[in-house]
Amino acid sequence: MPSSEGGLLDASDLHRAYGRVRVLRGVDIHLTAGEALAVVGPNGAGKTTLLRVLAGLVRPGQGLIRVVGRTLQPGDPDARRPIGFLSHQSLLYDDLTVRENVMFTARLFGLRDPAAAARRVLDECELGSRSGERPRSLSRGLLQRAALARALVHDPQVLLLDEPFTALDAPGADRLRGLLQARLAAGAAIVIVTHQLGEAWDLATRVGVLAHGRWTLESPRQGSLAEFVPQWQAASGA
Amino acid sequence: MPDAIRLALVIAAKDIRAELRSRTALLSASVFAALVLVIFYFSRDPTAVPAIVLAPSVLWVTFAFAAIVALNRAFTVEREHGAMDGLLLAPVPRGALFLGKYIANLAFVGAVQVITVPLFIVFFNVDLGAALPGIVATMVLATIGFVAVGTVFSAMAVRTRFAELMLPVLLLPFMVWPVRWAVEITARLLDGRPLSEMLGWLRLLALYDVVFLTLCIMVFGAVVDE
Repeated sequence: MPSSEGGLLDASDLHRAYGRVRVLRGVDIHLTAGEALAVVGPNGAGKTTLLRVLAGLVRPGQGLIRVVGRTLQPGDPDARRPIGFLSHQSLLYDDLTVRENVMFTARLFGLRDPAAAARRVLDECELGSRSGERPRSLSRGLLQRAALARALVHDPQVLLLDEPFTALDAPGADRLRGLLQARLAAGAAIVIVTHQLGEAWDLATRVGVLAHGRWTLESPRQGSLAEFVPQWQAASGA
Repeated sequence: MPDAIRLALVIAAKDIRAELRSRTALLSASVFAALVLVIFYFSRDPTAVPAIVLAPSVLWVTFAFAAIVALNRAFTVEREHGAMDGLLLAPVPRGALFLGKYIANLAFVGAVQVITVPLFIVFFNVDLGAALPGIVATMVLATIGFVAVGTVFSAMAVRTRFAELMLPVLLLPFMVWPVRWAVEITARLLDGRPLSEMLGWLRLLALYDVVFLTLCIMVFGAVVDE
């Protein structure tokens, strides 16, 4: 995959193994402002591991990650500042309200006015009226929106999203696409891991198929989803 | 205020707020402490051993076990819904993360001790009187050290399948010395001896605190980072 300097997210030659199982085998990513990479692939292809490696949660066995020009390494907490991460799990505390959870994240990121930042992002995710509730009382879809608010509160330049459309109804998915489109227009870069490529298709500027820990296809998005499906199936080994 | 201290206080405040809502650690550790005291009370023969002889050991065994119950909760809350990932993703130095969890744990264990002491007085009919300031100082010195070690082991144990079992197995060997020194001090204080006689043990407790607090801050990153 071509790589150049100056991207928001530059990852080169990422390898990762769990014991003897090699999950990532030389993955490269280069994303500049306004680019969104949709990552698809069969179960066990290494998609979630890739996202966790890019977020700095899992250390690559080999390879280098630069986020907004800064190398991601454990001794440099500020290198994680531009990253927003949406996981399979909500990353929220059950004993705090949604607003308190988002404000807590805002405080960790040292935002000047955590309350205002939380209010803004909760309104953006249309959770303002439910922000006084605890996560355990929310439906799965609302919980996903709360988790997204947590991930976006610090205006990250690099968004790493694992199955962001999960549990969202059609209007919710539309709203999320609009929200992410606005972030892209503002100069963010996004990696979306998904099984629902149709949901992310219009958003993506690039599409990558990960199989057995390496790209079997990675290219700019062209044409329609229907035209891409045969390539996707071939690249997945289907 | 230095950023690391600010972040530590943010994390500690979050833990304390969550605990005040759920009361899981405080309530379970306090009830556990009360039950330990009840068991000791009914299992001793008052005609064979006077309460005052057993009291220091009972007090510190109760503190140690109740602390383990409270510390078990420290990182269990971070495991639920992957919240620990949220902490690790934030631009927070690992030392600040440790300090935040540590301050909250000190508050929980301290609160459990404050609840336990009156129960101990009632069950063992001990007049703390003039010994109280010395015992409080000993509690503070001993707790600072073993809670630091407990915070690191709690972070380590929560990643294992049997976290609740692992924490006591890991922590109890490190509690032996501070608990032993604290028992020696408490026994003498209850015997009416002046605190100045116990300076040697107090110094050992302080040394334990400095050594283990420093070590814990240094190794915490390696424990929580993958």
